[in-house]
Amino acid sequence: MAGTDRHKDKPAASRRTVLRAALAAGGAAALGRSALADAGNPANQPPNVPDWTRNLGDGVAVRAYGKPSKHEAHVIRRDVEWLTASRESSVSFTPLHELDGVITPNGLGFERHHSGIAEIDPADYRLIIHGLVDKPLIFTLDDLKRFPRVNRIHFCECAANSGMEWRGAQLNGCQYTHGMVHCVMYTGVTLKTLLDEAGLKPKAKWLLLEGGDAAAMTRSLPLQKALDDALIAYRMNGEMLYPEHGYPARVVLPGWEANMWVKWLRRIEVGDQPWHHREETSKYTDLLENGIARRFTFVMDAKSVITNPSPQAPLRHKSGFTILSGIAWSGRGKISRVDVSLDGGRNWRPARIDGPAWDKALTRFYYEFDWDGRELLLQSRAIDETGYVQPTKNELRKLRGVNSVYHNNGVQTWHVHKNGEVENVEVS
Amino acid sequence: MSKCLKALALSFAALLVLTTEHGFSAPRQDGKKAAPPAAKKTGIGREATAKEIEGWNISVRPDGRGLPVGKGTVKQGEPLYVERCASCHGEFGESAGRWPILSGGNGTLKGHDPVRSVGSYWPYASTLIDYIRRAMPFGAAQSLTNNELYAITAYVLYLNDVIRDERFELNERNFMSIRLPNQPNFIDDDRESTEKEFWRKTPCMTNCVPDEAKITGRAQIIDVTPETGKSPKVE
Repeated sequence: MAGTDRHKDKPAASRRTVLRAALAAGGAAALGRSALADAGNPANQPPNVPDWTRNLGDGVAVRAYGKPSKHEAHVIRRDVEWLTASRESSVSFTPLHELDGVITPNGLGFERHHSGIAEIDPADYRLIIHGLVDKPLIFTLDDLKRFPRVNRIHFCECAANSGMEWRGAQLNGCQYTHGMVHCVMYTGVTLKTLLDEAGLKPKAKWLLLEGGDAAAMTRSLPLQKALDDALIAYRMNGEMLYPEHGYPARVVLPGWEANMWVKWLRRIEVGDQPWHHREETSKYTDLLENGIARRFTFVMDAKSVITNPSPQAPLRHKSGFTILSGIAWSGRGKISRVDVSLDGGRNWRPARIDGPAWDKALTRFYYEFDWDGRELLLQSRAIDETGYVQPTKNELRKLRGVNSVYHNNGVQTWHVHKNGEVENVEVS
Repeated sequence: MSKCLKALALSFAALLVLTTEHGFSAPRQDGKKAAPPAAKKTGIGREATAKEIEGWNISVRPDGRGLPVGKGTVKQGEPLYVERCASCHGEFGESAGRWPILSGGNGTLKGHDPVRSVGSYWPYASTLIDYIRRAMPFGAAQSLTNNELYAITAYVLYLNDVIRDERFELNERNFMSIRLPNQPNFIDDDRESTEKEFWRKTPCMTNCVPDEAKITGRAQIIDVTPETGKSPKVE
């Protein structure tokens, strides 16, 4: 009882109050949380014996579908209200600063919808393939599951990830600056298998992928990619896709911008030219300084970010042994190396990659060092197996200007203050 | 060799033959080629009927393929637009709040604040009719009749000075006469040639930039980050 009662006795110490106090003091919100976590409740700590060691807890199947500890309730997707006109046509961000390893939990992967989540009854799910094929086909979900299956782990990144940062540091947290990326294992059937089943006509060159949501979201896909490594997936991390990720079936295009990974897939049309639909003309084209716009910029360039520390996850110790942790990924292949800088890009040293460094997947890196308590300007840069080196934001701006919205893969800088708070900044 | 193992070995051999025969392969996670069995037809699924396809095939292409049969004038489009579109897109396509802007912005694409409207940015008019047909009005997708679709499309083109006569009737036969001015200003992805400098054999490791790094911008000064307390409630 001690633990529970202590909390009841001290409502003033609730997380929210501490958060507000921290905000009022002008500090980073997360600093309040860490202060609270450090304090804890002595009644639960040695030599005292806490409730959970004395009393029975919940039995099996009380939590029929498990979820994280109630103490982790702050680990959620978040949105930025001013970004978009409505939540149905908007985005929420992965809490990258609260995750480790390379796999994103199913409930935390960023969302991007154009007309909200389509709630599809799997019994009514249908996928039509038609156009330049020998035989137009219609599949049920059970049909899709009967085809030979493949498992692939890939990152999925919105082309607009970091898009708010083109003109300068804007959002204070890697969840917001880099959180339109996630990485899961997909299970499904290769698109080539389905196209072989329908039989491609010789003139086939492009596909149209169309969703069953209220935007009937469409993208044109070059046939070569469809035959190379595209999947129609129905599972993520072993479970059926979540509705917000396209249940019951979506497109997976390894290394390519997430907008093309059409969710709630209902139709594939085979044609001889692209359709130039809204999401590949008005949107998802990259306007350059000279007024010319690049289109069909499918590949996601190599990118990385330090997730800890970051503005939402400040350093809680004043100095001493310190771990930097981050993720790197490339749409062109594997990450071969990640470098980190503590001085705003003047000097670099290789980070330690731990865990798998798979093809077109998130790759985890760490850098351990002895922090002397001085201010730091942290950066990371990814290098992929093609030799592409993640550019600085200024190098990108020099070539593209600041109007392109999409494909901002520039090096991120975090300013670590002496007190451990972290801020999103830009450096000379 | 046990029976079980023998069967396994046999089916493995069969698989090898199949894969070689069909040359079918897909990339594996490690980058090597792996082969899901058999590129031959499985017979899974059934033939889609023309009626099924017709019900779902709503795509329109720049060459006019997929245009529905219908007609509507600018004049007929105006009240429809005012009723079903203007609350988000503004009476003149200028946008209300953060909803997409539809008109204006000519000559702004090289400037500091480019406006990407139908008239200033979009390359093809087919994109407009396709998008209205599949996704608009927001929240009532695929509710317009074909005649309403043409009328509203004509009105949006009128707001962009692409159609100048309000008596003009747009239909599937004259649609291809519509040209949007910014069409020539799109190029295919050329990053691998124009951004060649990002492929570097020996990235600099020490003293890469002269002088100490100076902070040139701070997110906290802009202060647009949502506060943690304001995020969606979790049960």
